[in-house]
Parts: sequence; C-alpha cells; structure tokens
Amino acid sequence: MKETKEYTLYNDTVMDHFLNPRNMGDVEQADGVGEVGAAACGDIMKISLKIRDGKIEDARFKTFGCGSAIASSSMATELIKGRTLEEAKNFSNQEVVDALGGLPPVKIHCSVLAEEALKAAIEDYEAKQPKVALATA
Amino acid sequence: MDKRSVYLDHQTTTPVLEEAFQAMVPYFREAYGSPSSLHRFGLQVREGLKEARQKIAQMINAESEEDLIFTSGGTESANLAIKGFADANVRTKGNHIVVSAIEHPAVMNSVEYLSKHGFEVTQVPVDIIGRINPEDVGAAITPKTALVAVHLVNHDIGTIQPVKEIAKITAEKGVALYADAQAAAGWMPIDVRDLGVQLLSFSPHRFYGPKGIGVLYRSRKARVTSHIHGGVQEGGRRAGTENVPAIIGAGVAAEFAVREMDQRVAHVAMLQKRLYDGLWKHVQYIKLNGPVPGPLRICNTLNLSTEFIEGEGQLLLLDYQGIAVASGSSCVSKSLKVSHVLSAIQLDHALAQGNIIMSLGKDNTVEDVDYVVETFAKIVVKLRNMSPMWKEFEEGVIDSVIAPTGRGKSFTQHAADISGKPAH
Ligand code: FES
Repeated sequence: MKETKEYTLYNDTVMDHFLNPRNMGDVEQADGVGEVGAAACGDIMKISLKIRDGKIEDARFKTFGCGSAIASSSMATELIKGRTLEEAKNFSNQEVVDALGGLPPVKIHCSVLAEEALKAAIEDYEAKQPKVALATA
Repeated sequence: MDKRSVYLDHQTTTPVLEEAFQAMVPYFREAYGSPSSLHRFGLQVREGLKEARQKIAQMINAESEEDLIFTSGGTESANLAIKGFADANVRTKGNHIVVSAIEHPAVMNSVEYLSKHGFEVTQVPVDIIGRINPEDVGAAITPKTALVAVHLVNHDIGTIQPVKEIAKITAEKGVALYADAQAAAGWMPIDVRDLGVQLLSFSPHRFYGPKGIGVLYRSRKARVTSHIHGGVQEGGRRAGTENVPAIIGAGVAAEFAVREMDQRVAHVAMLQKRLYDGLWKHVQYIKLNGPVPGPLRICNTLNLSTEFIEGEGQLLLLDYQGIAVASGSSCVSKSLKVSHVLSAIQLDHALAQGNIIMSLGKDNTVEDVDYVVETFAKIVVKLRNMSPMWKEFEEGVIDSVIAPTGRGKSFTQHAADISGKPAH
C-alpha cells in the first residue's frame, strides 16, 4: 500500500486543475456569457468571454459541480484562449478529456458541460452583435 | 508541515480494534481447522466460535446464541432476512411487505427483487427529519402482510426510529418485524427482546470488528429459508465454511462494544455537539439533515447540506486536507442520482447536491473536530468563490433555500431555466 495521501479519485492532471483552477472568475464586461446546467446531475457551469477581432482573448469560468466539472472548465478555458470564434465553435469535449489525460466514464458528461457553456457564451456574443453594430453605426 | 489525518466516515466502516485483531491472528495459521470437521483441528475451532457467538448474542440480549446466523456481511444478512423470511412464509402469511422509504439499499433492493416475484410492497413515507410514524406502518399492514422491515437508525441522516412502538403494532396484528440495525449496532444499546423484533441484522465492521462478517438474529418464531445452498453450517440456514477469524474478531468487538458503550457514546456525542456548534458558527447557509443532536439522532453522525456548492468538491478538498467524509450528492453516486433518503425527506435538489456526511468514532479527538471546522469553513469559501450560484445569490438572481431573502428565483427554477430540463 502507498501512503493514503497518494491515492486520489482522479489523475494528477485533473487533480491539479481541480485544486488550482486556471481562469476561475468572471470576465469583466464580458462580450459573451454562457451558463448551462447538466440535466444528468443538476450541476451548473458558466463561461464568460472577452472577444477581440474574432478571437477569444480571455475566458473565465465559474462552476457549481463536481471535481471533474471544475477541472473540465479550467482546462476548457485554457484551451480556447487565443482561438478564433470559428475554431471555438468546433470545440469538442473530447479535447478537454484528452488534455486532462482521461476522465472516469461516469464523469464524461462534466466535460460536455464545458463544451456547452463555451458554445452558449459564443451564441450569446453573436446574438449581441447586431445591436453593437447598430450602436457603432 | 505534515497534515492531520482525520477519519470521519465511521458509518461506512471502522478500523479493527487491536484486541479483536490479536484474537483473530491464531485462527489464520494455527487454529485453521473448519468447525465442521470431526478431528481435533475442527474441534479446537468450535470452542472459539461458540464463545464469539455468545458474546454477540449478549450484545443484543438474544435468548440464545443459536438464534444467530453468521453471513458474509450486513448486506447478506438483510437479503436473508427479507428474502429468506418471505420465501418461508409466503404461503402461510401472505405476499405483502411493508418497508419505510428510507431503508438501506440492501433492504430496498431485496424488497424490489421480491416485488418482481409476486410480492406486493408498500413504502411508508417519513417526515422531514426522517422519522417513521408507527401509525403509518399500522395503516399499511393488510391481512396479507408477511413482514414489516424498518431500520433502527438511518444510515444517511442518523434518525433513530420508533422501532419499539412499531413492534407493538406488528405484534398486535401478528406480523413479523425485521429491524436493520446496521447503523445502530455498537453506537446504542440494542435489546431484541425489549424491542420486540423477530429479525435483526448488523455487521461488526461498523463497531471495530472485521469486514466480511454479518449477523442475522432470528427469533425461533421466525422461519427463514436458506438462500445460500450447500452444507449444513449455521443450522442449515447459511451454507459455507464459516469465516472463523472474522467471527472471532466480531465476538471481541461485540464484547468491547458492550463494555465501552457508555464511554464511547458519551465521547462521540460530545464531539458531535462540538462539530455541530462549530460548523454552524463558522459557515452560513448550512442545513442539518435529520434530527438535531439529541435523543432522536444517533450519537456519531452529522449530515449537512451547504448551499451554493456541490458535495463532491467538498469531499475532495477535505480529503486533500486529510479529512475523510462521505457525500449523498448525485455527482458522487455512480447513478448520478441524489440519495433516496434525501429525496424522501423532501430536501431541495440544490441542498441535496451540497450534501456531506461526517461520522465520528471513538478515536476522534477534540483537536480533530476543531481542525475539521476550521478546514471546512475555508473550503466552503473557496468553493463558493468558484460557484456561479454564490454570486448570483449575492446579486439577488437566485434565492437561498435555507434562509430565503425573498429576492430572486429558486435554484431549482434557475437550473431548469438554463438546462431546459428540471434539475431533478
Ligand atoms: S458535473 Fe455533476 S457529476 Fe460532474
């Protein structure tokens, strides 16, 4: 037996993102905000974006959910920073799972939540665009 | 700095008592015979087994040690009590079973199995602290009722049930009563004759005995059909060579549980009160599930729901700080469902998500409890900062279930709005 301290529910990468989440918080005056809930377990994730010249300049998250959901949102925001909107629209939860070095099967839906929150944030941004265009015209 | 290690999951299992462990050791390599054998190796073991049986029978004040059946654990005991009794009595008594809505899965799923095999089941609801009303049990009994199954103490929320009152009703109506004592044994005195139950089960690993051994008490009036078929061990009701070392360890654990009962109960009840007071003083928007510490609650557990945060995150962060707890949150369960006990006491989904169960043991200390309170308060702050719900609550978008401000919509409504489906 190892020291009990060394036994963790998730792998080291997931634990690291859970214990030291990257990009936690809300983007100030966000250009797009997406908040989604998981029907499976009832958890909630929110992603806010700063968008400049069609690119994601900043992304932040807030999550009410399990360790896997927190790690997934941390990793997802890391991955999408710097991507174009078109790239971000093709973002898939599988990328999060891979970057995290795998999640337990029952916890895959937590990474789906991250994909959905990101897409909801982009939709929110795009829905706001005509108004912005009018205002600046 | 080395972290403190605090085990607060004694309702799941406990370490084996030193004395029990030492008593078991010779039965692995010296006295290794099977009690069924007729040679000296077998006979040597019989004596130890009989002694252990007596000690366990004394612990629950059974009429005789012959009334005990040893099984592989609490789950098998519950299966045998329900399915074995149902099988033996369906023709003479009927095919109806009454259970409470918050029994352990071992009981729930045994009963569910029977419901698929010709039995009718009535589930008796509980009130918001998880108490069964004996009158509801009485009202559920029909002329076809063979068995009533209720637990002594709930495994999740610690509610002590009025089993003695229920027994009066079942006795009047001539129905057998099975009490699952899994969460009670070792932490409160149990007297099967005073309670008036015909069947009672528990497992010694909940009170410092080894795993792999369960006990079923069966009064001579209650017939049980065997479900493990083979040789004639355990009076023909449970085949298979006895788990001798475990039974020996269980006997010692039972002996100590009786001898140290008052002392253990006083100690953990003091810690329970300290933990409860400390947590409620340092953490806002926190709710106790089940009765407040006192006569209606088992002395060693607290089941709490902390609002705006989820249970698995709490569990993991506590574990990271050296504190081992359990949770009834849906994220923790393999089925992604909130514990059926929390649903039965009509706990709001948002609160069920933030569920944590802390159960104390005889070796926990005041320092442990103070460390848990201090650590838990920090963890709650960390997770609330991470939770969108906390900020939305502060901004008045959603309201607290525990202490409603009258501003904002409910969490459940909010979750439904953003997921398009209700959170349940
Ligand atoms: S988000 Fe609920 S299980 Fe991960």
